[in-house]
Amino acid sequence: MDGCADDDFIELDGVEKVFQVRRRAGLLRRERREVRAVDGISFRVPRGEMVGYIGPNGAGKSTTIKMLTGILVPSGGRLRVAGIDPSRERTRLARRIGVVFGQRTTLWWDLPLRDSYALVRRMYRIPDGRYRENLDRCVELLDLGALLEVPVRQLSLGQRMRGDIAAALLHDPEVLYLDEPTIGLDVVSKAKVREFLREVNAEQGTTVLLTTHDLTDIEQLCERVMVIDHGRLVYDGGLAGLHAVGESERTLVVDLERELPPIEIPGCRTVRVEGPRQWLAFPAGSSAAPLVAAVADGYPLVDLSVREPDIEDVIARMLYPAGKTDVASGPGPTSLSV
Amino acid sequence: MRLYAAVTMSGFRRYATYRVATAAGIFTNTVFGCIVAYTYMALWDQRPHLGGYDLSQALTFVWIGQALLAAVALLGGGFQEELQERIRSGDIAVDLYRPVDLQLWWLAGDLGRALFQLLGRGIAPMVLGSLVFELTLPRSALTWVWFLLSVALAVCVGFAVRYLVALSAFWLLDASGISMMSGLLCLFFSGMILPLNVFPGELGEVARTLPWAAMLQVPADVFLGEHRGLGLVRAFAFQAGWAAVLLAAGRVLQSVATRKVVVQGG
Repeated sequence: MDGCADDDFIELDGVEKVFQVRRRAGLLRRERREVRAVDGISFRVPRGEMVGYIGPNGAGKSTTIKMLTGILVPSGGRLRVAGIDPSRERTRLARRIGVVFGQRTTLWWDLPLRDSYALVRRMYRIPDGRYRENLDRCVELLDLGALLEVPVRQLSLGQRMRGDIAAALLHDPEVLYLDEPTIGLDVVSKAKVREFLREVNAEQGTTVLLTTHDLTDIEQLCERVMVIDHGRLVYDGGLAGLHAVGESERTLVVDLERELPPIEIPGCRTVRVEGPRQWLAFPAGSSAAPLVAAVADGYPLVDLSVREPDIEDVIARMLYPAGKTDVASGPGPTSLSV
Repeated sequence: MRLYAAVTMSGFRRYATYRVATAAGIFTNTVFGCIVAYTYMALWDQRPHLGGYDLSQALTFVWIGQALLAAVALLGGGFQEELQERIRSGDIAVDLYRPVDLQLWWLAGDLGRALFQLLGRGIAPMVLGSLVFELTLPRSALTWVWFLLSVALAVCVGFAVRYLVALSAFWLLDASGISMMSGLLCLFFSGMILPLNVFPGELGEVARTLPWAAMLQVPADVFLGEHRGLGLVRAFAFQAGWAAVLLAAGRVLQSVATRKVVVQGG
């Protein structure tokens, strides 16, 4: 247990990471510039919690995860995972954590999935019985049975991702860091991955920190969300609260019989009209039912659908209330060195 | 230790997967070997006993070079490009959060590769060469054993050199320039172009003490029975010494790299 309370399983106090970026300024002259990728972040995650960690590109999400795994050394602040300082005892901590990077693979390109798992087993010194049990469970839940003998280079993205998630869980990690685990997956694969993560969290009590751009991931998996922007934590709380803070809106899309002037109903505003189709925005917290009734009552309604707010929009509205849409600012990941 | 044995096995299997590539490699080695062998025949015809070898020994040197070309990675390659690419793309992050030693991990994998390439791409050219040309093969079984030991040490030295080159990617990002230079140095100073004992004067002296000499010149001389008794011990000490020094340098560079340098990519 390493003398750490279950409430403070992951512990960050004013953690900072500053990069020196060199830029060409003229023919030979180079300019040094400081980029504060993570700028004083503090939070606690109790054991067994599943937390969403979100923010725009370049906000500092991956930098935080790299510090949590110990492959980056913080420039300041205090950081503990299971009572261990990750960058000091990276190898010892490594046995207790699992990491999945959606855009990278931990599997061996030329080897069948089964051989990759055999290497993982040796690497983490997983006892025979435990290994077989975990592998069987992953194979069943992630539907890997037919893929075990296939070389990784022949797997599709969704298959590879499922293979990667299994590889990260064979050694029963206490914490699982997931960096965009559903990126590029189709709906069926996404659902499978989410279902599996929910089960692992519920049955094994695995603590999960999840970064994603997909709001549905967060909605289905996490009760708590942390939003980071420009290296600072700007929100830490429930998902419902995030919608309230971000004043996010759902959209009702209605198809009318013919082109009509913008619909006027109290409690919503018409944001777009395109021929007989109109888009009505209403607060995310309220029900669509009265609005639908009102539209059906006063207009020749043919068809309708409700669109949920996009996480990017929610965050953008929260971060830039004036309606600025430039979300993708911040330090890019180009050629950083310390 | 069982982990690294498993990694060695997987290194072996990874290369064993590509059978057509292996066959193509054998063909290339054999053709290349014939060309060099005829060049040497012209050379030794003009200057018999050049560098202390008779013609048969010189031809044997050629075919040992071909047999070890892939196994000792005398032209570079193997894990080197893969590691460089992982550093460049940031995939090295995946390797760093594992509970393993980076250098031992890659060494184990490279030993597996070398073992496969010694069997897959070493034996066939040697046999074909010995059918066409008159080679000097060791008569004592013990010499074969010493030769294999020397090859194992040569692989370690070759690994250590390439590991240093690959780690430079942490600072250079594009290590293709230094890779090419290291390949050229290796080609010449290992004895691949001409045996090192052919070179007179100081160049020869220097060339025979550099690490690359441990990669081809020394194993070839062990095979040819040039080293006996204490000389044999000295030859092994020379190889093992360079392996130890270069592997230690690799460890230092590795800890500097992982401490100081940012893993690339978001």
